[in-house]
Amino acid sequence: MSRVEIRFAGFGGQGIGLMGRLVGEAVSLLEEGKNSVMTQSYGPESRGGASSTDVVIDEGEIDYPKATELDYFVVLSDEAYHKYIPKLKEGGILFVEEDLVTIDENAKKAKKIFKIPATKIAETLGSRLYANIAMLGFVCANTKDIFSEEAMITIMKEKIKARFVEKNLIAFQKGMEYKSDS
Amino acid sequence: MSKQKQKFLEVSTGEHFTTGNHAAAEGALAVGCKFFGGYPITPSSEIAEHMALRLPQLGGNFVQFEDEIASIIGILGASWGGVKSMTATSGPGYSLMVENIGLGMMTETPCVIINVQRGGPSTGLPTLVGQQDIMQTKWGSHGDFEPIVLCPSSVQECFELAIEAFNYAEKYRLPVTLLLDETLGHMSERLIIPDASKIGKVERKKPKDSPEEHLPYKADDDLIPPMAVAGEGYKVMVTGLTHDERGYPNLNVETQDKLVRRINDKIRLNKKDIIRVEEYKLDDAEIAIIAFGSVARAAKGSVNRARKNGIKVGLLRLITIWPFPDERIEALAEQVKKIYVPEINYGQITREVERSVHGKTEVKGIFKLGGAIHNPQEILKEIEGDA
Repeated sequence: MSRVEIRFAGFGGQGIGLMGRLVGEAVSLLEEGKNSVMTQSYGPESRGGASSTDVVIDEGEIDYPKATELDYFVVLSDEAYHKYIPKLKEGGILFVEEDLVTIDENAKKAKKIFKIPATKIAETLGSRLYANIAMLGFVCANTKDIFSEEAMITIMKEKIKARFVEKNLIAFQKGMEYKSDS
Repeated sequence: MSKQKQKFLEVSTGEHFTTGNHAAAEGALAVGCKFFGGYPITPSSEIAEHMALRLPQLGGNFVQFEDEIASIIGILGASWGGVKSMTATSGPGYSLMVENIGLGMMTETPCVIINVQRGGPSTGLPTLVGQQDIMQTKWGSHGDFEPIVLCPSSVQECFELAIEAFNYAEKYRLPVTLLLDETLGHMSERLIIPDASKIGKVERKKPKDSPEEHLPYKADDDLIPPMAVAGEGYKVMVTGLTHDERGYPNLNVETQDKLVRRINDKIRLNKKDIIRVEEYKLDDAEIAIIAFGSVARAAKGSVNRARKNGIKVGLLRLITIWPFPDERIEALAEQVKKIYVPEINYGQITREVERSVHGKTEVKGIFKLGGAIHNPQEILKEIEGDA
């Protein structure tokens, strides 16, 4: 496996940072023989506006810690989509929150586009706060080289506050099971 | 940090996925730091936050002072009270500290300052990366002294060099600076903390003579005086004035010469023990990159990419910034036809490299003025453009 770069992006409050942290941690601590580095946008934008977090995964040592050309772009807001879509590499894979992101011709370079109404799914569980985890489930089901279901479930049980774990696990499951129509 | 491993142990043994700031704080705790005095400042605040959580669990003390001036004086005082002490700050805070870092040099007080660099001058870029405090850590305070400054470039190394910073501080009796940058302080990657028995700890030398005979600043053959602290029955004299072996102010040419020569030479004569570099693919290199901190990772990426394109590039990564590895760089200058120095400032280390090579090879700085680290492609383009 060579270097894989993923960017999660949305607006402040969607739990974008948590997505990166969970993925980075699942890979670094639980995926045999893989390393990961997680960096976050850290500035005024993380208090509103477009927020992003990058995870770089490699079997070898990770030299440059930031993303350069995204293999995967997982996006939950329109603003973040427009800001970062130029970074998706030709033939990369795009995951979008279909009710919050309107894709344009810039998305044509994607080899595949996966769409999910993550926020609506979360709302069926009582809060839109689970949208990030539903998206992670969707990403997990449709990729092979990022993280495994088992690793993510283990990390969620360890990292997420006890009283929220159950709902998040359900959100993850619903995301895993969701079938994108495109 | 993983939850179960963190309960009231100095050494949080285990595998973690955490930031450079937290790793540095854990390194300090692992080597026995028991006092933190500081004033929060971006991008270093997570160190203070973590120490505020952890120190009370370990019987240590955390004080948030009114400013950085009080913070540095506070940690000097704590050290004279007999505990390992530290502070953490960023450029603007370090600026306020420099006067009393000089006091620490003159009074030979072991302590550690972590500076997580952001873009300057002045308030500059509070949330974004810089490497512009290189010269400040060397020349910031007035007078002659030889600082020790260490510069990690991974989360693991933040932990390990925090330990080394304390060990050098205790061994050579001086304030040691651990120089991070925003990228490193805030990025997360794997940190493996070994068993407590594997942490090498150095403790300051204690007097072997009696309190009656003891002279607080009489150095041994290694130029380092044993250090008694308050409450041990020995005289404790602490003054920023030029002082004799008794610790009494003695303002004359001879005392000044003897004291200032000694506090410099105790470091100069031990450069071999202190200077550390990482050499990466330098054996057959025709071109070298010299880099440090988070930029050294990008530089490593450039080396890997250049090698794929058939260009023989290697990396000399500076782990110790001060004392500067002059001799190693001069030797490298005899081997390579050009040295590139990518850094997030306007040429601070580049100038030191130029000084060290004595004209034996060409030196070219690649400068970013703050806000982002170089990416490997940018450095590579520069090299390929010249090839």
